[in-house]
Amino acid sequence: MPAHLEFLDLTVRYGKKKALDEITMSAARNTVLAIVGPANSGKSTLLKTINRTIDFITIAKVEGEVRISGEEVRSMPNVYALRRRIGMVFPLPVGLPLSVYDNVAYAPRRQGIHDKAQLDEIVERCLRDSVLWDEVKDRLDLLGTRLSGGQQQRLTLARALSLDPEILCLDEFSIAIDPVTTMKIEEVLTRLKEKMTIVLVTNLTQQARRMGDKVAFINDSQLVEWGDTNQMFNAPVKEITGRYLNGEFG
Amino acid sequence: MPSSHPSSNTPPAARKGWRAAVAGIADSIEKPVEVLIRVCGWSSIFLVAAIFLFVLLGAMPVLPKIEWFGEHAFFTSTEWHAKDDHNPSYGVLGMIVGNFAVAAVAMLIAIPLGLAAAVYISEFAGSTTKEWLKIGIEVLAAIPSIVWGFIAVTIIGPMLQKYTGAQWGTNLLNGGIVLGLMSIPLIVSLAEDSLRAVPDSYREAAMALGANKWEVVRRVLFPAAKTGLVASCMLGVGRAIGETMAVLLATGNKNQIPDSLLDPVTTLTAAIASEMGDAVTGSDHMASLFTIGLLLLIITCAINLTANVFIRGHKKKGAA
Repeated sequence: MPAHLEFLDLTVRYGKKKALDEITMSAARNTVLAIVGPANSGKSTLLKTINRTIDFITIAKVEGEVRISGEEVRSMPNVYALRRRIGMVFPLPVGLPLSVYDNVAYAPRRQGIHDKAQLDEIVERCLRDSVLWDEVKDRLDLLGTRLSGGQQQRLTLARALSLDPEILCLDEFSIAIDPVTTMKIEEVLTRLKEKMTIVLVTNLTQQARRMGDKVAFINDSQLVEWGDTNQMFNAPVKEITGRYLNGEFG
Repeated sequence: MPSSHPSSNTPPAARKGWRAAVAGIADSIEKPVEVLIRVCGWSSIFLVAAIFLFVLLGAMPVLPKIEWFGEHAFFTSTEWHAKDDHNPSYGVLGMIVGNFAVAAVAMLIAIPLGLAAAVYISEFAGSTTKEWLKIGIEVLAAIPSIVWGFIAVTIIGPMLQKYTGAQWGTNLLNGGIVLGLMSIPLIVSLAEDSLRAVPDSYREAAMALGANKWEVVRRVLFPAAKTGLVASCMLGVGRAIGETMAVLLATGNKNQIPDSLLDPVTTLTAAIASEMGDAVTGSDHMASLFTIGLLLLIITCAINLTANVFIRGHKKKGAA
């Protein structure tokens, strides 16, 4: 099966410091690639290279390639169109200063959907998928920035889903969410996998084990190893991988 | 180790004692300092009240003599002959209309230009350009109003006459242009501050959704910075209403209701400034100028209160 998302010798430098060092791996269509590793190891940077939000960091220098369905992202002429194909959920929740409804309806409206019934349907579906609907259905006109941290995080997820993305990137999406809700979202993600490829950056090794088809372990800007989830947890090639996944350091 | 008796050969303990003493003094003066700060806080209210009282007292002698409403009265007439001791007339309608008309023209120029400049500096300009532009804006803000008056009389006036065929170069439009130019730096610097205060995470979140820069500005930055942007515009309006020297030179100083943009007008501020030198202390003439001042004070207070109500109302609805 051809890879949907590929990293080829991807190196990112912030000034002189290497944030990612020759990363090569790939994710097949409709799979979950779980990326684990200690803080500051370069996981978030990796996600930013996919939708080129790395461009906002002026000191960042990117070498190597990131390919989506074989096409190199930096050679794509329209960066905005690229970003619309990729849903991105940041670790810190960011409610745009719009109502809950408008937060989710933003992207669909931008795509030219203005029919009220159709928008209502999209907003409800995305909010249900992010397990937020029951908490906000009676106050959709509330400003998104007024929700609690965990709710804003799920709002960010709903917003990412509203793009109907082909690749969904989640950067520690469950940081401010309680375990029960997290499990519900994980169920939804497992279902969404039929429609999209998911890149899941997480600090919770058990979440990677539950969700990942493949698991990649990044440490100190290097890809230590990556492979099938079972093999990574049960028979890792490198000793350090086993120690990290078993929670012996981190 | 007990250190209740610090001596010269135990420096750490001694220092500890010294620090404790300072902390003790700090504790004991906390109350007076709090009172002092409270007084400072309230003083602004007292000052406003005092100014209001001062202007009111100055106007008092003539207030009973003024006819306020009706034909040829204070608010309905454009006849202002306060110098005439025998048969004075006090009509400020022309000044009020002139004041608002000049301010309106000024804001039509300054608000779009100022906000656009702020957006450019905050969102689009490179860091070097940004620094230079900010210096330029600051210099622009520091130009004395009398210099703007010169510019109005010697440059804008003749240009208006040449290109519009206006009879007088100093008129409503000239005053509006000059006031607009004067207000722009105020609006730019405050608006730029409030745009910059919007967290980058908003920009990144919107960009990650595939919004382009213009959409980020319109859909995200403007709503997020609304309070500050409105405040910056209100500051511009405040300057446009209250400015005196440049307006005195630029508007032609004629107490009439303008028919067109090219008619000379006067404003409340310019009227006071142009007559103050002739007014005898303690005369009705002097008191009548204080009356204009009182009116001006009420108008600017009303504008500020309106702006505050707007901003508060918006905050209540939940804006950041």
